[in-house]
Amino acid sequence: MKRFELIEHTADIGLNAYGKDLPEAFANAAYGMFSIIDEVDNVREVETRRVEVSADDIEGLLFEWLNSLLYYFDVEMLLFKKFDIIEFGDTRMVANCRGEKYDSSRHQIKHGVKSATYHTLEVDRKENRVRVIFDI
Amino acid sequence: MPGWSGQLEKIDEYRWRIPKSAKAGMRVDGLIYADEKMLHQILEDKATEQVANVAFLPGIVGYSMAMPDIHWGYGFAIGGVAATRVSDGVISPGGVGFDINCGVRLMRTNLTVEEVRPHLNKLADAIFNDVPSGLGSKGNIKLNSREMEEVLIKGSRWAVNNGYGRKEDLLTTEEKGEIPGADPDRVSARAKERGNPQLGTLGSGNHFLEVAYIDEIYEPEIAQVMGLDHVGQVVLYVHCGSRGLGYQVADDYIKEMIRAMQKYGIEVPDRQLACAPVTSPEGQAYLGAMRCAANYAWANRQCITHWVREAFCRVMEMGEAKAGLELVYDVTHNIAKIEEHEVEGKKVKLCVHRKGATRAFPAGHPDVPPQYAKIGQPILIPGDMGRFSYVLVGTEQAMKETFGSTCHGAGRLQSRSAAKRNISGREVLEALDAKGITVRAGSLSGLAEEASESYKDVNDVVGVVQGAGISNKVARTRPIAVIKG
Repeated sequence: MKRFELIEHTADIGLNAYGKDLPEAFANAAYGMFSIIDEVDNVREVETRRVEVSADDIEGLLFEWLNSLLYYFDVEMLLFKKFDIIEFGDTRMVANCRGEKYDSSRHQIKHGVKSATYHTLEVDRKENRVRVIFDI
Repeated sequence: MPGWSGQLEKIDEYRWRIPKSAKAGMRVDGLIYADEKMLHQILEDKATEQVANVAFLPGIVGYSMAMPDIHWGYGFAIGGVAATRVSDGVISPGGVGFDINCGVRLMRTNLTVEEVRPHLNKLADAIFNDVPSGLGSKGNIKLNSREMEEVLIKGSRWAVNNGYGRKEDLLTTEEKGEIPGADPDRVSARAKERGNPQLGTLGSGNHFLEVAYIDEIYEPEIAQVMGLDHVGQVVLYVHCGSRGLGYQVADDYIKEMIRAMQKYGIEVPDRQLACAPVTSPEGQAYLGAMRCAANYAWANRQCITHWVREAFCRVMEMGEAKAGLELVYDVTHNIAKIEEHEVEGKKVKLCVHRKGATRAFPAGHPDVPPQYAKIGQPILIPGDMGRFSYVLVGTEQAMKETFGSTCHGAGRLQSRSAAKRNISGREVLEALDAKGITVRAGSLSGLAEEASESYKDVNDVVGVVQGAGISNKVARTRPIAVIKG
């Protein structure tokens, strides 16, 4: 199964991410986001961060999850590639995220993702699919 | 991608109305500024739907407007202008966007393109090396928490006080680079953390530094007041915003507003338009935080200005006095401002959201700097990196019609992936080189996405705002060196 597909947008970039369940779709959305930012294949799994997020509802959780990962990139320069979701509910999730610090000699940055947006954001429980548009 | 198939009425050559009846819930009509040719393209994506959605905002007055550079955004269309009554209307962080106070500034020099061209490669290298750009770049400035607070309150003045630039720069910056009402306590620790390492960095995407020259002057007397004297004169542009600090402020308050909407019983068709009454605690908190991000962005452009001046003078082997490098003006194109405007014959306090739109105040307006009192506020419209940019001035007509607003750039025409399918970064580089434009860029693929073909022709965009009377053309510039993150 495809982990994610990009959505064309005039100024920005979006994605649909899929999974066998919602936690996997959330993990694939994060993987897709980092695929927009950089060549994920060049990232090694040497650092782990436990990322805990909560929100008022499942859509808010997706928004918060992706934006929390962007925060780690801004503050710690961490590029993630692997996302093990340990706990998952409608309003709270915990994940171990693995990746490494950005190294300009090995990592090619493709896009600056400013933020995940709420515009047409969707969590489809039946299809285990999520959709999000990023501000580039 | 489904476009707009709803109602649309032609008002005149440059104005198109989306009647309230087009979508149940619209409180006012929508108004798109475009000519017939541009309109066809505008209707192809979701931008028009977004103009209609913005018309749902409680307290909106006049029209939900879109400038001719309009394109599909998130929540608001890019190129959107919406004014709401402060008394009973709302403020929406989505109407400002994530890059709060993304904006442009223009410096003039005393040099001609013939004098600068032989040094262009060295100049582009020097600017590219001196100004941290691209993702993953860290700034040269370290701030403790007290200093960060000062940046958020004082904006450009903090930068000038710390040796970045000249006191006079403040006079020709919108809001003097220091919008009042900034409240650092309303900015989350996370936002401050994100902003700390990034002060004095350009960022990536469509942000750029550009060396250009004046290619045409339309209003010599007005241009003269701005120090834009002659065709061939070299000028410099800086385009960037509030970096991670602004993005985090937007994130934080969109979440806050979603909660507030339930509390105040507000419904909007897109969660990205989440909003709260301007006068509510949530609305006031966002205003206080947004103004901090705006001040951070002004400090950011001010620091970058200083390094660009240093690089320019070093390469050209001359002092700043000889080089000139005066700041003509600095405008913001992502912001919400509390302003007084006439609505149905009465002066009313409004919250004017400009999302990818520029303020365009006329001559004589108290917020226009004294040196421009007779000509009106300078407006800077960067085009794409291969063609032109424009300097305009605001008009009375803009004051009457658009709450003193106009377009902000060329506006995107095609998606990033479509751009990359059509042209490679290498080809863009070669095409620009053939036009005599030197480029330094952090990423080649990023360059492909910013190719001229991805943007509308800024000549058409400016033609519409001029034709509609909401701005006047003063001068046009052509790039000779572009530095991108």
